[in-house]
Amino acid sequence: MKRLFGGMGQASTPVETPEARADAVQIRIQDLHKSYGTHEVLKGLSFDIRRGKVNHIIGPSGSGKTVLMRQLVRLESPDSGQILVDGVDWATLHGLTLDRMRIKFGMVFQMSALFDSMTVFENVAFPLVEHTSMSKQEIRERVMDRLGILGVAAAANKSPAELSGGMQKRVAVARALVRESEVLIYDEPTTGLDPLTTQTVDELILETGERFGVTSIVISHDMASVFRIADRITFLNFGRVEATGTPAELLETLEPATLAFIKASGVSQDILDERSRNG
Amino acid sequence: MTSESKAAPRDADANQAPGESPAPSVVDRLADGLFQLVLSPFVEIGALFTVLWQTLVQAVRPPYRVRLLLASAEFIGVGSIFLVSLTAFFIGAVLSLQLVDGFRDFGAQSQTGAVVGLGMARELAPVFTALMVSSRAGSAITTELGSMRVSSQIDALVTMAVNPIQYLVVPRVLAGLVTVPILTLVFDVVGMFGAYLVGVHLMGLDPGVFMERMRWLVDWDDVRQGLIKAAIFGFTIALVACRQGFHASGGAAGVGQATNRSVVQNAIAILALDYVVTAVVIGQGL
Repeated sequence: MKRLFGGMGQASTPVETPEARADAVQIRIQDLHKSYGTHEVLKGLSFDIRRGKVNHIIGPSGSGKTVLMRQLVRLESPDSGQILVDGVDWATLHGLTLDRMRIKFGMVFQMSALFDSMTVFENVAFPLVEHTSMSKQEIRERVMDRLGILGVAAAANKSPAELSGGMQKRVAVARALVRESEVLIYDEPTTGLDPLTTQTVDELILETGERFGVTSIVISHDMASVFRIADRITFLNFGRVEATGTPAELLETLEPATLAFIKASGVSQDILDERSRNG
Repeated sequence: MTSESKAAPRDADANQAPGESPAPSVVDRLADGLFQLVLSPFVEIGALFTVLWQTLVQAVRPPYRVRLLLASAEFIGVGSIFLVSLTAFFIGAVLSLQLVDGFRDFGAQSQTGAVVGLGMARELAPVFTALMVSSRAGSAITTELGSMRVSSQIDALVTMAVNPIQYLVVPRVLAGLVTVPILTLVFDVVGMFGAYLVGVHLMGLDPGVFMERMRWLVDWDDVRQGLIKAAIFGFTIALVACRQGFHASGGAAGVGQATNRSVVQNAIAILALDYVVTAVVIGQGL
């Protein structure tokens, strides 16, 4: 995938093989703390996000998932700790450098967060209009290409309010991908969706990751989805990392009570057995 | 750019582990409530001045969003013409009716045009225009921005490296600054028309005397005083409305509360600023 700001902030690393690069750490979170007043929400999180993988961050309500997401996209700054993106601590960036780093990230919000004063086409074109000098024709081609790939080209002239939840998610993904982001963050992408649409969104996350080679970070508490599509899982509880690794590793290391929580969330024994065998 | 919310997001209760924080006593809660009550006006003013500073900084930074400015001017200005005109007509008409009736007792009804003109130009036009714009456009701005906030659209702007103050607040504040004085001029004209219609055609005043007395007492300085006030009011209305919408939280109910605060704060701000600006302009009363 073409890197918009290829050289920016890259740590000086030796030449990597494609396989090694694919399994490399893209984001390293180190001892992350965040408090609101006297409430400490994140209590020293440390874990890695792997490049090109579907990385799930799971945990019960109140575990700090959304707060972590807000630090990851720099909607807020952590009190202490580091978020190293390709070796650069992006909590320390400001101004134009910060804006350039933001280009690497695409965000799909829980409620899609499409601008309701714009059409679907205008929503997806928005990042290009704002940040590139592309001609109207080039923008149209790029936007229609993304909408076509995601199967919502026919809705280009509709307003977001006219779309179903699943279609809104697709448009939100198209908007996040239109500038060729390297990392896509999904905030609770299947919350409130029916089982069929949930499965469609799961497939969308997998397909998007494979087709565009992006790193996916999925904040979720939908355990069934997690164990269906995750390459790596980080389990948060009370603001701390309970466990992190592949699904198979996670299933081996989790406490019986946590396993019971996962099963109670609707994950079948078959899926758990399959992920234990295949990772 | 500050997009950080001081309130913890929805799952921020991560530290609610059993036994970690003891419940505060009644005295503590009472003291805390009292402290919040005293502190809240200062917090509000501080938040407003923070948005003001960010707006001023972003207003001079490119890109200059002319299309958004025109759209905001169309919404605040053009969209308010009918309401402002209607208000102006009836204010002028009723003022004329009252003055003719009152002045007639001591034979001074010929001064009606002059007094209506002076009151309209200096006070009534800017204040009533501002109150009408605040009710119509200010509340709508707060609701729109508040809805954008609670549905994460403002966060989406930030993640796309677009400064939300520059994109959402600057065009609206500049539009308020420009359009409210123009609306005030409309108010002046329509209000005087209403006063003339009632005074001359219904109450029997001499049209020549009505106009001549008005020209004799009202000069450009009076109109200018009204326009200065209108510009300050327009800027303030949009700023307060944007600040309330921009920092709304708590879903639909939170947006409703923000809109309510926006209208109340704007009404108070308009009336308080009116006194201050008047005292400064005429050089006494402070």
